[in-house]
Order: sequence, then structure tokens, then C-alpha cells
Amino acid sequence: MADLTTTYLGLTLKNPVVASASPLSKKLEGIRRLEEAGAAAVVMYSLFEEQITHESLALDHFLNRGTESFAEALSYFPDLENYNVGPEEYLNLIRRAKEAVNIPIIGSLNGVSAGGWVDYACKIEEAGADALELNMYYIPTDPDITAQELEQNYVDLVSEVCSRVSIPVAVKLSPFFTALPNMAKRLAGAGAKGLVLFNRFIQPDLDIETLEVVPALQLSTPAELRLPLRWVAILYGRVPCDLALTSGVHDAQAVLKAMMAGARVTMLASELLQNGLKRIEEILADMNAWMDTFEYESVRQMQGSMSQKAVAEPAAFERANYLKALQTFDNKKLY
Amino acid sequence: MSNRQKITLDGNEAVARVAYRASEVIAIYPITPSSAMGEWSDEWMAKKVKNLWGTVPLVVEMQSEGGAAGAVHGALQSGALCTTFTASQGLLLMIPNMYKIAGELTPLVIHVSARALAAQALSIFGDHSDVMSTRQTGFALLASRSVQEAHDMALIAHAATLESRVPFLHFFDGFRTSHEVQKIEELTEDDMRAMISDELIAEHRKRALSPDHPVLRGTAQNPDVYFQGRETVNPFYARCPEIVQKTMDRFAQLTGRAYHLFEYAGAPDAERVIILMGSGAETAEETAKYLVNRGEKVGVVTVHLYRPFSARHLLAALPATTRAIAVLDRTKEPGSAGEPLYQDVVTAIAEGLAGGFAPFKTMPTVIGGRYGLSSKEFTPGMVKAVFDELQKNQPKNHFTVGIVDDVSFTSLEYDPDLEILDSSTVQCVFFGLGSDGTVGANKNSIKIIGEETENHAQGYFVYDSKKSGSVTISHLRFGPKPLRAPYLIRQADFVACHQFSFLERLDITRYAKPGAVFLLNSIYGPDEVWDHLPREVQKDIIEKKLKFYVIDAYEVANRTGMGQRINTIMQTCFFAISGVLPRDQAIAEIKKSIEKTYGRRGEAVVQKNFEAVDHTLANLYEVKVPDQVTSTFSRRPAVGPDVPEFVREVLAPMMVFEGDNLPVSAMPVDGTFPTGTAQYEKRNIALEIPVWEPDLCIQCGKCVMVCPHAVIRMKVYEPELLANAPATFKSTDAKFKEFPNSKFTIQVAPEDCTGCALCVEACPAKDKTQVGRKAINMAPQPPLREQERENWNFFLSLPDVDPTAISPTTVKNSQLLRPLFEFSGACAGCGETPYVKLLSQLFGDRAVIANATGCSSIYGGNLPTTPWTKNAEGRGPAWSNSLFEDNAEFGFGFRLTIDKLNEYARELLADLSGLVGNDLSAAILEADQSTEAGIREQRKRVAALKEILKGIKDPRAFNLLNVADYLVRKSVWIVGGDGWAYDIGYGGLDHVLASGRNVNILVLDTEVYSNTGGQASKSTPRAAVAKFAMSGKGLPKKDLGMIAMSYGYVYVARVAMGANDQQTLRAFLEADAYEGPSLIIAYSHCIAHGIDMRKGLDQQKLAVNSGIWPMYRYNPMLALEGKNPLIIDSKDPTVDVQEYAYNETRYRMLVQADEARAEMLMQQAREDARKRWELYKQMASIQYKSNGND
Repeated sequence: MADLTTTYLGLTLKNPVVASASPLSKKLEGIRRLEEAGAAAVVMYSLFEEQITHESLALDHFLNRGTESFAEALSYFPDLENYNVGPEEYLNLIRRAKEAVNIPIIGSLNGVSAGGWVDYACKIEEAGADALELNMYYIPTDPDITAQELEQNYVDLVSEVCSRVSIPVAVKLSPFFTALPNMAKRLAGAGAKGLVLFNRFIQPDLDIETLEVVPALQLSTPAELRLPLRWVAILYGRVPCDLALTSGVHDAQAVLKAMMAGARVTMLASELLQNGLKRIEEILADMNAWMDTFEYESVRQMQGSMSQKAVAEPAAFERANYLKALQTFDNKKLY
Repeated sequence: MSNRQKITLDGNEAVARVAYRASEVIAIYPITPSSAMGEWSDEWMAKKVKNLWGTVPLVVEMQSEGGAAGAVHGALQSGALCTTFTASQGLLLMIPNMYKIAGELTPLVIHVSARALAAQALSIFGDHSDVMSTRQTGFALLASRSVQEAHDMALIAHAATLESRVPFLHFFDGFRTSHEVQKIEELTEDDMRAMISDELIAEHRKRALSPDHPVLRGTAQNPDVYFQGRETVNPFYARCPEIVQKTMDRFAQLTGRAYHLFEYAGAPDAERVIILMGSGAETAEETAKYLVNRGEKVGVVTVHLYRPFSARHLLAALPATTRAIAVLDRTKEPGSAGEPLYQDVVTAIAEGLAGGFAPFKTMPTVIGGRYGLSSKEFTPGMVKAVFDELQKNQPKNHFTVGIVDDVSFTSLEYDPDLEILDSSTVQCVFFGLGSDGTVGANKNSIKIIGEETENHAQGYFVYDSKKSGSVTISHLRFGPKPLRAPYLIRQADFVACHQFSFLERLDITRYAKPGAVFLLNSIYGPDEVWDHLPREVQKDIIEKKLKFYVIDAYEVANRTGMGQRINTIMQTCFFAISGVLPRDQAIAEIKKSIEKTYGRRGEAVVQKNFEAVDHTLANLYEVKVPDQVTSTFSRRPAVGPDVPEFVREVLAPMMVFEGDNLPVSAMPVDGTFPTGTAQYEKRNIALEIPVWEPDLCIQCGKCVMVCPHAVIRMKVYEPELLANAPATFKSTDAKFKEFPNSKFTIQVAPEDCTGCALCVEACPAKDKTQVGRKAINMAPQPPLREQERENWNFFLSLPDVDPTAISPTTVKNSQLLRPLFEFSGACAGCGETPYVKLLSQLFGDRAVIANATGCSSIYGGNLPTTPWTKNAEGRGPAWSNSLFEDNAEFGFGFRLTIDKLNEYARELLADLSGLVGNDLSAAILEADQSTEAGIREQRKRVAALKEILKGIKDPRAFNLLNVADYLVRKSVWIVGGDGWAYDIGYGGLDHVLASGRNVNILVLDTEVYSNTGGQASKSTPRAAVAKFAMSGKGLPKKDLGMIAMSYGYVYVARVAMGANDQQTLRAFLEADAYEGPSLIIAYSHCIAHGIDMRKGLDQQKLAVNSGIWPMYRYNPMLALEGKNPLIIDSKDPTVDVQEYAYNETRYRMLVQADEARAEMLMQQAREDARKRWELYKQMASIQYKSNGND
């Protein structure tokens, strides 16, 4: 049996398979089952400040609407004692999870306002989370907003949060930065102890019959591994941060590749949602078998072994890869 | 004894706080204005609030007040302490049980917020007509005058009933007391425990039915003993007044508040005395004191215990100097010798004089009068008028006060301006828009003043009868002296107008006393606002020397995320200007109340309100008032110059809150009103209206069909008619095969639209180059108003399509038919009215409609103006509302008449055929009226027949002339909501369905009692939260359609217009065509679902696609053809129930409140939907064809 232990954000993990933010961690039962299945840690589903605000305002709107206008119906709903529209439910789940399981619990936060990021980060820390993942993304649609402004906002927020909490903070990023290594470096400089590559956006679809934009959630596919794999390999050793690879992790091969590229952990959800929690155990068994076959003693041994810095041809991770890939095509097949 | 707190609350809550704690079983049913007592009880039960004996009372909603009374009777007989709450018609439904409960000497208290009874019209407002209808039942009747008294008397009643064994009806004035917010001293649980004896409870329990000590009650008695048995109760009634007085005395010892059966106030040597009960007695007492201070010898006797009526106690309360008495009744008994209290007083005095226990030696003059029916104002001026009348040599008996009776000349003249309140009392009036939160903020303000200052505080709120764009008027008083003024403010120190446009049509500054503050929400700043005020307003401001402030509250609200809700902003202005509290403290208190009111809804809500408060004062400006009236325009009249006289003279004053000035002669004698009056009330409430794009329009008619207010219409017409069209009138080539070479227009009524945007949502036509642009899009109303008004008027002048020229079987065609239901006061985006309107389009010219009480009767028949209207020929729906519970039977009666008189007419015609002409007679008798054309032909034949009959001198001809119209097919529609159809009216509905008669029943299913504020009905689906189902309804929705289908001969359809408008149309046509009973159950999205009303149609689709609302038609005619009568019109469910449900607050709020229960119920709801779907599919696949053995 190979040694699968790894460290991430200063936490020692029994293996590099971490459950990423998903509906699986919405319930205590789900978190328990993830632990039983062998997950080394659980990233909680994201606390969305925007959603909390929206739910709160929506509830207020619908409870108010039509009230105190018409003599026979001064209200339309009973006044319930409690609505759980704040973060309390989320924080309670962290508290209960910390009592119920032994694996680390990583809180996940998606904020909107500067105040919101910090407030909720502190609350998640207070609830007992072992670490915090900042799920940061902003879809810029205003042509007047520059990359510089946006990037500085990110850095400032990370800096602000890191200065207010003492648990380690990781930042989950989108791949859409012009100069990702620089961004990664700045985030690390702002206090991030880890980078999670990458955030998968829910990309809207178009219904061409109804002519409507429709939200469409698609689970990841193994093919998506390539993008984070490349960037993990490039960033490894270049930024003073733990790297977590997420997106496209569906089997042991993917975990092994991630480790070799330089990730401390992989995070997966789609595979578990599709094929069940037993997949964690299977992936770990497959890893063990592979490592035994190829005589790897530990995960640590392989971490970064195929990073850009470590491979014989670093250019393979750069533009050359594109050219090479094209050249491998048989032109005849295109006609 | 523990300290008693001062609390600020309304009468309903004050009573419920006692009733709940003193009870174990509470049976409830919603009815205005008492619903809140049941709602409080249900809420406390859900929150596990315990009663005085440490257990949580069981609160159960019944199917009707009759059911509640029956349940209470049963619970009492089995030994529980019980209460129930009701009013008006609800109380009438309890009467049979009240006789039983009293006959069996059972302790009970029914709390009644006394309300008018439906006579010539329904009224939800307060008087004693309902209570007076129970005075013969054997219940003790105990009256309260105020919120404090209602709180106190509730306890006295619960205590006294146990000792006396006489059941009590405790009443207080509907709205005036039930809804008035007052600062009172709260009774503690210790007080309540001290008043209610455990020993007496034990005795009550011992009398209970129990198999452990069995007895038999409820025997049938014969002539030999019934009479004697009836007389056995006399000693209990004889003792009761003393018991009540003793209980009041004990209460006084405990609390310091002393009450008497008959309370006298005024000069000890009064010569003129008024006797009355209820809230009016406070006004009378205060006026008497005012007059005594001015040297008049007057007094007032307030009746607390009206039944059992103690003549001795009454006479003991009257001064020996009494020379003349006026007895005021807040009820009317047409044809009686006098109203009940009057008669009782006359009898008591006569008996007192005869028996020697009267304080005077000779019979004083006693006159009776009526006042205050349906919450009609009762003011000091009116009280003084009554005292003045008593001074006359021959005072008017059986008078009225508060109205102008120019028919029977019963009314007394009074001074409307008499003001008796001390100048230390501050009076404030606020005009708000229903949706802006003004009333809620004012309720908070009055609580703040009541609880954070030493002041006494009072709040009363006047609401609109419209459910969209409604006007609210808040009346707030506060000051160092007790506020015994249960009447509206006429001269205020502070007048606020929260909606600038009100100034255009309402006289608001008339409420301001000289030197008062006038606060206006205005988009115009302090330097420009003056030029935008009507002349009348400028004049008032100058002449009354008003201090004039403006704030652009909408700007502040927008900036702080408050949208249209300007409540906290205007509240902050009020506190800042009024100075009732130091500014900082006021703001702190406002914030505290925001936290308390909204805290549970989340931090974001609290913060945006805080922000609004913080941004207010910087935007509040005092206006420098010019000394000249400069405005060039006046307030606009309520209606235009070309309206019918009745509308101008009678309805128009009501539209601008001046209906109180209408004399008796203005009113129809029997409650009959002309139809088609809503068209004259141009409310201009839409901020945005739809704008039609002819180039994109596919002329499908969907926008017209879904419009809840019939403000968007389409016509096809001859091109030459466009010759006189206004320049901006839009038109395009018609795409109707029936109308080649014609023009087509979709037109919006800009001043009647509510801006709900359902039409835009329904529009399927999108611009291929820019899909966000549809064939209908919303645009701001003000810039379009004038132009579209002209276009609308032109559109109306175009002829309606000839109904015989088209087949109405497609949505497109059906929407060319003129709606005969338009511009109702329903909520913007209402899900019910599109069905009602469709009915009017398809069958309106031959429809007689019975409408159950509820939303549809309110938007269908609440004055001032009503939406049912006529076509160009003068035909249209004849509509009436009888009651809530009897609607199916009421409509059934229509059918019976139509069938009988049709039969009679046919008999007469057959007899007279020789005189009439055999051909015409045969043509009429054999006419095929199954089509529109057939009906129109028959109308022509009947018209010809009538002409002929006029010339025939046979008495049978005269009779036939009067019933000849019954020879033309009529369509009977019975319309109501689910509260009626599933609950209170179900028994009748079932019987009418079973009758086999040709009636069409339309159930507008909103799945709650919408009109009374969203209480659960048996139609409420599992997992939805509603009042009386606070933790989410735990049982599935009743399948009314399935029950009806079980008869086999009832046409049943379940429809959802938003999911399939064509299926809805087909169902309506089939229901009408079916010569037997038909039932259409129509999914009606509702404000009580907590949805974005613009998305109501999408929700209907989701309801169908999730299997929650399967659509089907069960047509017995198919069975006759050997086919399965059930056709399922929806497809297999494709989305999860949750996807539908969690778009709605009624389901979502349970997830927020109790996620585990929400999940459990949602899983069960899923199963409900699945099982029902499977069952329907199986039913629809049954082979109906006979196997050939028959």
C-alpha cells in the first residue's frame, strides 16, 4: 500500500481526494457519507451572499405585497417564527459537521459586497471550519471595467479576508485571466495559502425555438482535466501556494496526473453525483494499484514530478503543445 | 400581582389573547372582520403558546361557521373549554347550534367583531345587525366599547359563563374596535387565572358526556313536556346579571377597572339621556361630558350586558331626573315597532314604573334611532343632534342620524364640524397607496408612540375596496389624555399625502386644520412643487397657513433598494416634523421597529430599511409658500362630462370618498345597480402599459385572452373605417380567413390598465433580429396616456365583430368577441379574471350568473363601480351574489326558473299557436339553439312573437308576453372560489351537480381563501403554507373533479389557461353545450401564492408539466357514444413538482422555516401527483364500448 497522505493549506489529509463544493455537502448526512466513502476533506457547498440577499429581499417582497391595502385581507401569509434566510443554516451545518466527522471541513464562500465577504468569512471561521475557500468570480460585461481594476479588486478582497481570519484561505479562480501566473502570485502575496483551479461556470444555453436564454447545468467530463492540469503544472513551484485541481477529475488516472502536475489535492463532484460515492473508494484503490505497479511509495513522491519545472521539455506546456497537437492530426481526415 | 404592561394592539388581538388562553378547543373559520382572532389563535398554537393551564389549545379550521359551531358544541358536550370567533353571516350560521348550546346550559364564549348583514347588499363593516339576530338564542350578549374593554370583557365573559352556565356572546364593533390600534393595559396570566375558577371548570367537566358516567342529551320531547323543559332555565338567566356584575366587581378589585352592566356617565341630574352600546357609547359619553361642562343636563347609559336584559339594573343606572331618553340602535329591523334596544328600554321603563322600581315617577319621553350602520361614522356632532332632539317638545321617534334621509325624513340634522377633543391631542391623517406600506408604517408609528412615550395612542385605517392601486387613509391620534374618539379625524394637525397624483383627484387638504403641517411625497423639489399643485390645494395651503414640506420619497426609495415602498421614509419624515420624540430617539425607535418587523426576513431587508431611514432627512424640505394662488389647473372631476346621470350623481362621489354625502334618495331601493360602470372610473394606476407592434404581431389573440382587466382588445374591421382614425392609431392587415381584405388592431385602454404585463408574457411573437422585442412590450404610461386615450375611444367606436361570422372554437377567433367583464378592481395580474372574462365573451349576452362571496364577488360587485357590462345590443350578463355558502343553490334556482318559465312559455305558445301563427309558433318551439346563429334567429322570432302578442287580447297572450324571453336559450353560470366550492358551499354544490340540471359551475381555484387573506381550504395542496396551515398543509388537496366525475353524468374539466388556452376554451364551450351539470375547475394563480404575478402563466405551465395540475375533460356525451368520457389533455409530467412549487413563496417559506418538514411534505406531494396521474391515466384507458351483450 502506497502512502496516499498529502497536505493542503497546512492540513494533513489521508489522501488527495477531496469532495468539492456540491449538493452532496448540503446535508450533514451527505458529509458523513463522504467521510465514510473515503474523502480526505469536504469543501462545503458555497454560501452565496447574493443568494442570501436575494432570498431575503424576495421573501420580504412577497410577504409584503398586497398587505395592508384591502380591508378583508390585510396580509396573505401567516407570520412564521423563523425563516432561515441568513447564513445561520450554513454555519450550523459547519458546526454540526465538525462534531460529526473527523475529516477537515472547508467552508466555501461567494460574496458580492466587500463587507459581505469579510463578515461571512469571519462567521465561517467562528463556526469551526478548518479552512476557507473563496469562490471568486465576476462576469465583467462593462467594457469600461479594466482587467487591472478587476484584478486589484480580487487581490484587495483576498487581502482583506486574510487579514481578518486566522484559518487558511484558498482562492478558487476562473481560468480567464490574461496573466494567470501573475494573478496567482499576487493572490498568494495577499495571503492566499491555496489556489483552486478552476471554477466551472454555469454557462447559459440558448433555446432556439422559444428564443430564450436558459440556464444549463452540465457536469464535468474527463476532457476538462486538461485545462487545470496545464495550469497546475505551470504554477507549481512558481507561486508560494498549495494547488488544488478541480474540474474533470473522474478517475484515479486523473488524480495521479494532478499530483504529478503539482497539485496537493484534487477535488471532485461530478463523478460522485453521476456514479455515486463509492467512486472515491474505487479511485483510491485504483491509485494504490497503479502506484504499486509502478512502484511509487507515496503521493508526495510524485507531486510536481511532471510540473513544467520538472519535465524535460517545459515548452510542452506552452504554445508548442498547440502546434504539436495540430501536427499530429492526419490532414486527410479533415477532408 | 405581577406588573401589567402597556401594549399597543388592535381589538381582535386584544380579545384573542384572552380567548386563546382561556380555551382548550377552538374551532375557527375565516370571516371579515373576525378572521384575525382565528389567525392569532392558529399562529399561537403553531408556536406552542400554552393556555392558562399549561397546555397548547387545539385550534381547528372547519368548513363553515356552521361547522365551527357544531364542532364547538361537540367539544363542549365532551367537556372542553371552548371558544370560537365570527361575525355577520358566519354568526347567522351558528344560530342553530347556539340554541342547542344555550338550551343545554353550556358555558361557552363566542367572540364577535360585530358586522352588518347582507341585505340589499353585502357589507363587511361594523354594526350590530348580526348580534341582534342572536338575541333570542339564549346566549348572554356582552358588549365592549373599546380595545381595552374588549380585552377586559373577554375575560369577564369567560369567567361568567362558567359560573352562570349561560353561554356568552362577547361583541365589539367590527373594524372600529376590531381593527383600531390602541394602547391598553394588558391582563396578565395571573389576572386570568384569578378570574377563572378551576372548581367551575371541574363542574363543567362533570357534566360532560362520558361512557364512564353515561347520560343522554338531545332528546326529542313531546307537547306534554317540551314547554316545561324550556322553562327550567329561568333561574339561570335570572341569576346571570348578578353573576356578571359580581365578576365585573372581582375584575375591578384585581385591575382597578370597574365595569357595570349599565354604565352611566354625565350630569347626576341629567334630564336627557342617550342609551346605546358598542364603540358609539364612547363618543356619546365624551360628548355628554363636553356638553355637561357647558351646562347641559345630559348623560349616557352604556349597555354592557344586553342579554339577559336586566330592567332593574338599567333603571338603577338612570338618574331620577331623566325626562327624555333616546335609545340608539346600530341595527335595523324593517317593519318592527322599533329597533331591539329601544323596545327593551321602553319595556323596562314601563315595567319599572308599573313595578315601582323606576327612579322616576312618570314615563319619560323615549325615542329610538338608528345610527352607524356598516361603520357609518358616529361623531360628537351626531350625539349632540340627538341630545338637541330630546329637548324638543315632540322629538322625532324612529329617527336616523348620520345620513340624509330625504325619502322618509327620519334623519336628524347635525353639525359635522363639532370638535370636542382637547387641543393637547395631536391628530394626523396619512393618504397612502396600498402597495407603498403606509399603513404598516403607521401601525409601527402608533406602537412606538404608545410604547415609548407616556402618550395615549390610537390608530385607525380606512382601506379601499379595490385590490389594485388602492388608496389607504390612516388616522392617528396621540396625546396625554385617554383617546375615547372612535371616529375618523376630520381636522388634522398633520396631513401627509404619500402619492402626488392623489392631489389631482382627491380633496386632501380639507383634512388640515389651520396651521397644520402638510407633507407631500413629490418628485418636484421645494422650489418647483408649487407650480404643479392644483388651484384648490394652493388655496388651502395659503388660506390655512399650512406648513408645507416635500420629500422625493421615491428617489430615496430607489436609491436604497426600497422600490415603491416608501413607508419607512415617510415615517421618518413624520417623526422628524411632528417632534413627538426627539429626532435621534425617533430614528432609533424606527430602526428598532424595523428590526422587529423585518429582522426575521434577513439582514438585507433590515439594512435597506435602515439605509432608507438614514437617507431621508437630507431630502426633506420645507417649502416657502407663496402668498398667491398661481396654478392654472384644477383638481380633475371624478368622471368625465359624458357619463350617465346615475354615474355622475351617485357613483362619482363614491369614487372620491364623498359617498357619505349621498342622500337616501340617491340609492336604489332594492340593491339593483346598472351594469357597465367600471368603464367610467379611470384610475390611471399603471406605471407602464403595453404597446402593440403590428409588424411582429401574429394575431393569435393570446394577449387579449390572458388580460385580467380586459384592457387589451382586438378588432377586425373594414379598411374604410380608418378614415377618421387618430394619427397614432395603429392598424395592419387582418390575418383571418373569415375576414378577407380587412384591417386588424390591438388596442390598449391606457387609463384602465393595471400594468401587470401578463399580455407581454403571453405574447409568443418575437422580433427575429432582437428577440427581446415582442409584438407587445411595456412602455411608460404617462407620455402615452393622452394619445392612447384618443385611440381607445376611436377603437371603441369601431363595430364589434358579428359573433355569427366566426366560430369561437379557436383562441384567435374567440378573442374577437367583446368582453362583457372589464376593468375590475382585482389584483394586477389576477389569475381568476381571465376565466371570468372568457365566460363573458362566449356566453355573456345570455348568461345569468350566481357568484359566491369571495374575491370574484368583490371585484365583480363592490361599489362604487362594477365590471359586468353590456354589448352594443344592450345584452350582457345578469349577475348577483347571494351568500357564500348557498351559491350553487342560488344559481340552481335561476335554472329552475328558466326551465319552468320556458316550459310555461312553450305551453302558452302551443295553446296560442293558432293566434300567433302556426309557422312562427312551430319555428320557435322546434328551434335549434345549439349555435350562436341559432340563438340569434330565435331572438328574432321571439321579438316577432312579442309584437304579435301585443295585438292579441287573450289573457294568455299577456302572460306569454311576460315570459316569451325564456324561449331563448339562457346560460346559467355559478361562479366562485375554492373556499366556496370545496368547503362551505360543497354540500350545495354536490347536490346541484347531482340534480342533473343544466348549470355550469366555474370554480376559480386559488387553493386558498384569497379574499380573506389566504386561509387554507380543502383545495390547498400538500406542502403549501397558508393561514391555518402554518407548518405546511400535511394532507393532499381534495380532488373535487374526481368526486364530480363519479356521478357519470356531470361534465368535468380541469383547466389552466396559462398551460393550454385552447383546452380552456374548449372546456368552456363544451360545458355550456352540455345539457346537464358542468364543472370547470380553473387553476387561478393568485397573490396569495407569493409569486411574481407576471409569471403566473409560466407557473400554470409548470403546474401542469409537473403533474400537480393535470388537465382533462370528462364529457358524459362521449360515454353515450361508447367512448371513454375522460380525455387527459396534458402530457406525462416532465418536471419535478419541486421545480414548480419552489417558485412560490407559499412552498418556499416552509423550506426556509422547517426544511426537514418541507422535504418530507414535498416528497409526499410528489407521490400525490404521481398517484393521481396514474389513476387518471388508468381511468382514461378504460374500455367503454359495450361488449355486444346488451
